[in-house]
Amino acid sequence: MTSAERIVLQGGRVVDSRGERVADIAVQGGVVVEVGEQLTSGRTIDASGCVVAPGFVDLHAHLREPGKEEAETIETGSRAGAKGGYTALVAMPNTDPPQDSVAVIDFVREQGKRAGLVEVVPSGCITLGRQGETLAPMAELAAAGVRIFTDDGNGVQDELLMRRAMEYAKGLGVTLAQHCEVATLTKGAVMNECQCCTSLGLPGWPSIAEELMVFRDIELARLTGARVHFLHLSTARSVELVRAAKRDGLPITAEVTPHHLSLDETRLTTFNTVFKVNPPLRSLADIAALRAGIVDGTIDALATDHAPHPRRDKELTLDQAPPGMLGLETALGVALGVLDVSLTQLVRIMSIHPAQIAGIADRHGRDIEPGAPANLVVFDPNAKWQVEPETLASKSRNTPYVGMTLRGKVRHTIFNGDITVLNGEAQR
Amino acid sequence: MKHLRSIDELGHDGVVRLLELTRHMVEINARPVPKVPALRGKTVVSLFFEDSTRTRLSFETAAKRLSADTMTFSVSTSSVNKGESLRDTIETISDMGVDAFVVRHKSTGTPWQISEWTNASVVNAGDGWHQHPTQALVDCFTVRQALGVERFDGLTLTIVGDIKHSRVARSNISAFSMLGANVVLVAPPTLLPPDVAHWPVTVSHRLDDVLARTDMLYMLRLQSERMSQGHVPSLREYGETFGLDAARVAKLPSTAVIMHPGPMNRGVEMLVDPSALPNSLIHQQVANGVAVRMAVLFDLLAGESSTAHLATVAS
Repeated sequence: MTSAERIVLQGGRVVDSRGERVADIAVQGGVVVEVGEQLTSGRTIDASGCVVAPGFVDLHAHLREPGKEEAETIETGSRAGAKGGYTALVAMPNTDPPQDSVAVIDFVREQGKRAGLVEVVPSGCITLGRQGETLAPMAELAAAGVRIFTDDGNGVQDELLMRRAMEYAKGLGVTLAQHCEVATLTKGAVMNECQCCTSLGLPGWPSIAEELMVFRDIELARLTGARVHFLHLSTARSVELVRAAKRDGLPITAEVTPHHLSLDETRLTTFNTVFKVNPPLRSLADIAALRAGIVDGTIDALATDHAPHPRRDKELTLDQAPPGMLGLETALGVALGVLDVSLTQLVRIMSIHPAQIAGIADRHGRDIEPGAPANLVVFDPNAKWQVEPETLASKSRNTPYVGMTLRGKVRHTIFNGDITVLNGEAQR
Repeated sequence: MKHLRSIDELGHDGVVRLLELTRHMVEINARPVPKVPALRGKTVVSLFFEDSTRTRLSFETAAKRLSADTMTFSVSTSSVNKGESLRDTIETISDMGVDAFVVRHKSTGTPWQISEWTNASVVNAGDGWHQHPTQALVDCFTVRQALGVERFDGLTLTIVGDIKHSRVARSNISAFSMLGANVVLVAPPTLLPPDVAHWPVTVSHRLDDVLARTDMLYMLRLQSERMSQGHVPSLREYGETFGLDAARVAKLPSTAVIMHPGPMNRGVEMLVDPSALPNSLIHQQVANGVAVRMAVLFDLLAGESSTAHLATVAS
């Protein structure tokens, strides 16, 4: 499917791990063939005023297929990803059936190829059925190409099982990604435990439910030497724990979501279920700490936790509605709006680091130079746009940014040398 | 006023307005034929997703005394049991031509969600642990009546028990404070919400310490499942430390009054028979419940001409 056509991106600011420079980029046969000035011949695409960077990599996307195609399919999720500037999405394993067998892993990957909009990278379950009782066939899944394992949505509660998972993962050279939540502390919880939940009479979701598991897994990683990645951290104390663990040289990485960087707990005072998410929206102090964690490098990656839900599910009561919000198409605009970081740092957290954590750094998040796979994003960091749910490519509409104006818009996305998004429009 | 969903939304002036209006309704209720045509042609739906005796019956009685038509929605026999969503249920009932929904639901925020899905007025008859504004109006009216005051400045109103899980407490704390009371909460820390520091209250963990300075003692119901959830070791221990027994009644000033929103847990928080206490207002609370709910429905549904209308009602 790789296009033989030569494409030239003209006049963009090229941003990768080596910094920033203005250059033209020629792409052909799925790879970057030339980087230089005044490149001609082939189909030219204007990138002036735009940033050209390695395509974004999302460590945390719920594509809902198989099992909940009413909310999203691998195709619609891939399209949302491409429109958001992504060339790779790590598909979360809480599908039905879950991604705990080679058959399901292969299905997800193949559906991704069929859609052809991004590379869909299936994660594997840590435990069978994400039940937290028996290890999934991690060696078989690793042999089938899985590099990152998680029970996302559930934290692995049992300490012994988590220790065994880490020991086993170390032997396989794979990464475990933990959803940190001590379940007994969050039973029935709806929103952050805070002043708001006190007045609203909503069962509180204490920060310590996350932090206890962050602490536990840091210490288990110290014991076992396994690589551990923390999903969607949401509290100031979690950031501190990770900062200290990294200082000790432990193989720990961590991500935060755009919504935990931009929205606080008081959004729930309207009882709008779109703001219900796991982990919950936290305090302004937590938001500040998460942002600081990105600035100083404690937090490695921005990950969307893109979680589509059909309208009827979000029209339940606040305690019954499922947690989760869309993220793929708004991540860049939110990140540029709330983070005080250089473009290089932005590309690190949206592309380079997540590609490394997902084990796909041979083909994503690479420096833009001849021979590199042509997975690229072209975005205008200054373009303002209003979020209109009806224009989103996702099958669901549960974006918390309805009507808000974001700054930073993806113009073009190139995946494997093919143009998947041109002038903001998906090409397939 | 379009909806009555919380005391804070109602605000001080709204609370006072409804308490004044309640006086007229008490007068109507004292007539030989306690019925007026004020809301003739209006339809009020009781939508109770949770059990209730006094709130549901007092709303229905209130609607009937104002000549409104009433519909009662019973969850156990409705299409909710066929998997109909809350929104579809609301839209279906709205299509029949409804002026007000009186809603009780175990989930916080439901009245706000419902008001997005209908043009009718929404009255919150209790949502989760959040709000029960008509109960707070009943309690304010009852305190006014019993103590012969309009405002509560200088009075200490003490609320005892499971504050954390209580919509009655949340509504009453707001309403009592608006009228100037010193509100004291008494509970073990496990039955207080996580952040009471921002509430206009003082907190005690020892009931015996606050009785002597209490003008009104408000006992909350303790649900037995609080024990299995580890909030208290046993109902017996709760009763001993936070229950109202004869010794504690004796520690109250002679002028103090005792209230309870019902239903009571005799033998848990109530270790005395309240009907044997001369200063118990529990029966007045129930009696005032109808008048307060008449005032609320009248205020919501009588429309622009409500002041003129009131003249005909009160005459």
